Amino acid sequence: MSALDVLDAEQWTVVALSLRVAATAVAFSLPLALLVAWFLARSRSRWRMVVDALVHLPLVLPPVVTGYLLLVVLGRRGLIGGWLDTHLGIVFAFHWTGAALAGAIMGFPLMVRPIRLSLEAIDRRVESAASTLGASSVMVWLSVTVPLALPGVLAGLVLAFARALGEFGATITFASNIPGETRTLPLAIYSYIQIPGGEGQAARLIVISVVVSLGALMVSELVARRIKRLQA
Amino acid sequence: MSIALDFRLTQGRFTLDCSLASAERVVGLFGPSGAGKSSILRVLAGLARPETGRVVIGDRVVFDAERGINVPAHKRRIGFVFQQARLFPHFNVRHNLAYGGWFARHRPDARRFDQVVEMLDIGPLLGRRVAALSGGEAQRVAIGRALLSDPAMLLLDEPLASLDASRKQEVLPYIARLSAESELPIVFVSHQLDELLRLANRHVAVVQGGRVVFSGATADFLSRPSLLGAEGHKDTGVLLKAHVHAHDVDDGLSVLACPQQRLYVPHLPGYAPGAEVTVHVRARDVILARAEPGVTSALNDLRGIVVHIAEDAPAHAVDVILDIDGQRLDARITRKSAAALALRPGDGVHAIIKSLALAEQAWQRLGGL
Repeated sequence: MSALDVLDAEQWTVVALSLRVAATAVAFSLPLALLVAWFLARSRSRWRMVVDALVHLPLVLPPVVTGYLLLVVLGRRGLIGGWLDTHLGIVFAFHWTGAALAGAIMGFPLMVRPIRLSLEAIDRRVESAASTLGASSVMVWLSVTVPLALPGVLAGLVLAFARALGEFGATITFASNIPGETRTLPLAIYSYIQIPGGEGQAARLIVISVVVSLGALMVSELVARRIKRLQA
Repeated sequence: MSIALDFRLTQGRFTLDCSLASAERVVGLFGPSGAGKSSILRVLAGLARPETGRVVIGDRVVFDAERGINVPAHKRRIGFVFQQARLFPHFNVRHNLAYGGWFARHRPDARRFDQVVEMLDIGPLLGRRVAALSGGEAQRVAIGRALLSDPAMLLLDEPLASLDASRKQEVLPYIARLSAESELPIVFVSHQLDELLRLANRHVAVVQGGRVVFSGATADFLSRPSLLGAEGHKDTGVLLKAHVHAHDVDDGLSVLACPQQRLYVPHLPGYAPGAEVTVHVRARDVILARAEPGVTSALNDLRGIVVHIAEDAPAHAVDVILDIDGQRLDARITRKSAAALALRPGDGVHAIIKSLALAEQAWQRLGGL
């Protein structure tokens, strides 16, 4: 019995899909999260509070509500979704990209917060030193601000990844529970539990969930330590 | 290069009204903490934006409120050395030094890099992380980093202020060398007289309470006690120009020629015979004698002629202004002593100065005098 036989083909599909959905979610939300965190950490605009509230909304809203709102806005007949479908051929609803989007939105506040905190901890005077050395504000951002905020970026990535991997409510509402398309780990576990005698199948996926989550935490901790050692 | 500043900057409750112009290469800004010296440098560098006025560096208008000109900091080509080194913690020393070159129009070549590294003695530090540097080392790296960004002007904002006394002595010679040997225009800030005199021997501007209250030649500055701060009257004196004649390493002394008379000062390392130096002589450290004083512990006995006697010195003293072979020397003595000596203009006197009184004093190599 090889290691692959621990899970059947269907279950491997679930694991692969979940990783793809979560990875896509964090990859696309990272640039936006950096910008938003930077805005929240540095701007004195009065829009700051509004943006702050919007970013945190998915954290306090019932996930089903978030999923429903996504469906209204980005569904095939939604306000934006219809336009995206006819003009760009991009579909979110009932599609794996929809699961990724739901994961990204639910993970977004968790990604923004640590990045924002680490940006706020940066010594601004080092940045002004960089500008006297000839770096434009974009170059200061890329060469000083972002590298110094790296531990926070990493923490945000891991939290958002874990959140996207575990996302249930918004996903099932917006993207549904389609095997091979939107059935991620939590949805699959839920489905197994619904059928009599499915607990054994569910248990294997539960173990996978625990292993993947723990693994992500440990990797991020190791990388964070290494960064701190380099910078301390 | 000349600078011309005329601006108003408000920061919270503090208002800085700055009007300052100089054509000298090295300009020192002197004044108490919080007077606005650093803010003047920040405006020069483009890190602070005045409400009104104009800032001209050389022939370049970098700020003009009326015409809406404000050249951003990264385009001003101004090397800034701050009070704290402000090195990049995520780069090692070599990359910190190279950073400015990434953006410079004339990227410093390997030779220039080696030259700066050698001048600042930071070769052994190149591979180190910033966190592993001492305060003095970090500040030297910061100076190198500024120099290697191909600056058109260098600003030094009390670069020694965050260092303890021994670290100061570790860094000061490098800055003095920079000030004397490079051709870079330098504006530098200090609230300590010895630092100021060692680095800026030509032009000093005094900043007090958000205003430039004096701007002019260093010799004029030294003769005006009110400018030297609360305890400043103790430091009033003159700068004597002299040449290094010889070194007496065994006794820890250097012998200066001034110009025909001998002046013994504590050893000046690194100054070859023939090098020009200035020595700050405080008026209150000078003893006057009518006749040859015989055997005393004081090593210096300069012969001069009384030019003028000023009765308005503080603390019941008088200032006797002497001519020492064409150079001015001031002696501050009590009224009682002045009466006992019965000095008159034209009288010949001996000016006696302990070498150790010159220990903490400023001395420096003069460029092009």
